[in-house]
Amino acid sequence: MAVGLTLIFGVMRVINFAHGDMMVWGMYIALLLSRRAGLDPYVGFVISAVALFALGLAVQRGLVQRIVDAPHEMQILLMLGVALVLENAALMAFGPEPERVRSPLAASTIWLGPVFVDVGRLVTFGVAVLLTLLLWLFLFRTDLGRAIRAAADNPYGALVIGTDVRRVYATAFGIGAACVGAAGALVSPLLPFQPATGLSLSITSFNIVIIGGMGSLLGAFIGGLLVSVAESLGAVFLAPSLKELVSFSLLILILLFRPAGLFGKRAP
Amino acid sequence: MSLLEARGLSKRFGGLQAVHDLSFALAEGEMLGLIGPNGAGKTTAFNLLSGFLRPDAGSVSFRGRPLVGLKPHAICRLGLARTFQLVRPFPRMSALDNVKVGALARHAHPAAAAARAAAVLERVGLAGKQGVRAAGLTLAERKRLELARALATEPTLLLLDEVMAGLNPAETETMVQLIGRIHADGVSILLIEHNMRAVMALSHRILVLSFGERIAEGPPAAIANHPKVIEAYLGEEYVGTAPA
Amino acid sequence: MRWGGLAALLVLLALPAVLSSYAVTIFILIFFYAYLGQAWNIVGGYAGQLSAGHAAFVGVGGYTAAMLSNELGLTPWVGMFAGAALAAVLGGVIGYLGFRFGLRGFYFVLLTVAFAEVGRIAASNIDALGGALGLYITFTGDPRQFQFQDNRAYYYIALALLLLATGVAWAIERRRFGAYLAAIREDEGAAEALGVDTLRYKLLAMLVSSFLTGLGGTFYAFYLFSLQPNAVFGIPMSVEIILRPIVGGAGTLLGPILGSFILTPLGELSRFYFGQSGLYGAHLIAYGLLLIGVVLFLPEGAYPRLARALARRRARP
Repeated sequence: MAVGLTLIFGVMRVINFAHGDMMVWGMYIALLLSRRAGLDPYVGFVISAVALFALGLAVQRGLVQRIVDAPHEMQILLMLGVALVLENAALMAFGPEPERVRSPLAASTIWLGPVFVDVGRLVTFGVAVLLTLLLWLFLFRTDLGRAIRAAADNPYGALVIGTDVRRVYATAFGIGAACVGAAGALVSPLLPFQPATGLSLSITSFNIVIIGGMGSLLGAFIGGLLVSVAESLGAVFLAPSLKELVSFSLLILILLFRPAGLFGKRAP
Repeated sequence: MSLLEARGLSKRFGGLQAVHDLSFALAEGEMLGLIGPNGAGKTTAFNLLSGFLRPDAGSVSFRGRPLVGLKPHAICRLGLARTFQLVRPFPRMSALDNVKVGALARHAHPAAAAARAAAVLERVGLAGKQGVRAAGLTLAERKRLELARALATEPTLLLLDEVMAGLNPAETETMVQLIGRIHADGVSILLIEHNMRAVMALSHRILVLSFGERIAEGPPAAIANHPKVIEAYLGEEYVGTAPA
Repeated sequence: MRWGGLAALLVLLALPAVLSSYAVTIFILIFFYAYLGQAWNIVGGYAGQLSAGHAAFVGVGGYTAAMLSNELGLTPWVGMFAGAALAAVLGGVIGYLGFRFGLRGFYFVLLTVAFAEVGRIAASNIDALGGALGLYITFTGDPRQFQFQDNRAYYYIALALLLLATGVAWAIERRRFGAYLAAIREDEGAAEALGVDTLRYKLLAMLVSSFLTGLGGTFYAFYLFSLQPNAVFGIPMSVEIILRPIVGGAGTLLGPILGSFILTPLGELSRFYFGQSGLYGAHLIAYGLLLIGVVLFLPEGAYPRLARALARRRARP
């Protein structure tokens, strides 16, 4: 499961503080759909994705776009502000108690060859891989996808050759948010969550993105594997309350030794 | 003894050999021009000399002291100052405060540094712009501000990276005269320049780089007609067609 | 300007005589958060190194003084300096690692957050430090133990702390140190080329800032008589610290103070009203919106804008 999720985090290569909180909103939307409309999260994730796409687009268009020329620090502060609003809006709307979305799929298990597997995990993993594949196809095989990659590499160059950079950024941000929303909905039956979960999800995503190198597919995959193995080992050997310690210590080590990722180019 | 001596400097970025086995010397009081086509490694050479990059191989000595391994600020304090090709003024600080940062390297007291900075600003013709934010200056003024900042650190040797680029002919002429005056006051200068007229007029000697290697060296008149130089700039087919 | 400052100080000194106990509490919080903001301002504002983990220094300072007092009976008047020194050691480690490894912008923010969170998790899991419940200090009301019956004593201590930090920032601003920090904030590479030892000055700024913040931790502990890991080490605390100088004007002397006079009453009001109806996230939403608004509409902060407006008014006949 972790691998599939990390793939999405890795390919998106947007790192911002609102990342985890957007994912948590994806979870809560799945929860609402399941409670109010009886919609299974494995179907509801599509709606989560659409809602988050709209949110991402709005944040990019309404906020980030206005300060693209401002110092980098301003963008960090802006996203910190967005994260605060998202997390605490969730807190006000849903309360601090941990929630979990029920899905009949998640409760059943099947024999897959010699191993006994949760159907829920299997589906989550499958959909995550599918989404990653679609994302990859989109980024590498469509004109808009190519434009996004070009704009990310060199915004000025893209502007010179006539790309509508603003539209491209807005789309990229929206798609990123949609992926996070979908991922959130997909793990909602497996992972208990609460508003504060956002931060630890953000940290996990930073770990993966930074270790994987910004935007490198192979890097994201290997980075995701390393991070999830380390976190799982931490969960096995340490008390539950210490589990987060692994993520944060990992983040410090990753920052110090590989600021540009294992396979990525050096970040500016 | 030469003021600055580089021996066997090399720097590689991934697959690109930016500077290869570069050796040269600059005598005290000299004005040395460094020219070459775009991407020849001139700015990389500057970064190696001023401590912004560490060479893969080779050594640099300044007034007999080895420089490799020293950080840029330490090199600056030894008396080797530089400017940046794309000027990097502190945008939200006034012209005076910009230059004051340079002057503080020699005058720890802010008032003394400010007085020194005001004098340097006057020298480069920006006396009336003291209180203007650097972001509000024209390109020509920002180029002079960049020069003033470096000058305020009271260097023995000044590395100037394309201080004329982007200037109109009148502004270029002012800059040429300014550099001439700074040199006349006893500052040795290493000059990267694309403006041939300016570099020919100012330099005692010119060093030509192409693909990271030194391809020619000599007095301006000899360089202008050197076949290798013409080839590097214009391509092989033009060799021999230049007016003698 | 100088007379205005003196007059303001006299008013603040006389104020507790006429204020209600609740108003005194608000002022204590205004001074205290302005103090923490000013301490942050030295590294975050003047030097432009965005630390989002200053809560760690509050935590280390507070826990150290509280432990020394609880376990060894050492008076916090001495313990506060031990706590500040330990906070400075941590600041030195974070600063050295971050600056030595060239972490800038977002990466430096992440490093500072990660250290603060490691501190929070560690404090929550060490039984000797009270675990997740935290440390409690028995109230004796003994001034020698940094405890006072009268709220007004805390008022004057918080005011003194604020004056101390502002004095330090003022002294830095006027010296070469201050000019160098400003140059580093504007363009590190260019500063380095002009003979500025950027690593050394950034580190110095971090040491001064974390020392002062650590000192504030002791005040926090002995004003509230308790320390909880989530409250002192958590991200909301770091946000509280950052927000005031940013709203007021980062890298200006009066910015953190102005920011605190705007924000602290707002925060308290929303906490009071929404807290009563059980809506706990409300004041953080307000902070988030404010942060977004300041970034979009007032990126320099309120103080530079105010100063320009005042200067214009004065220039007019």
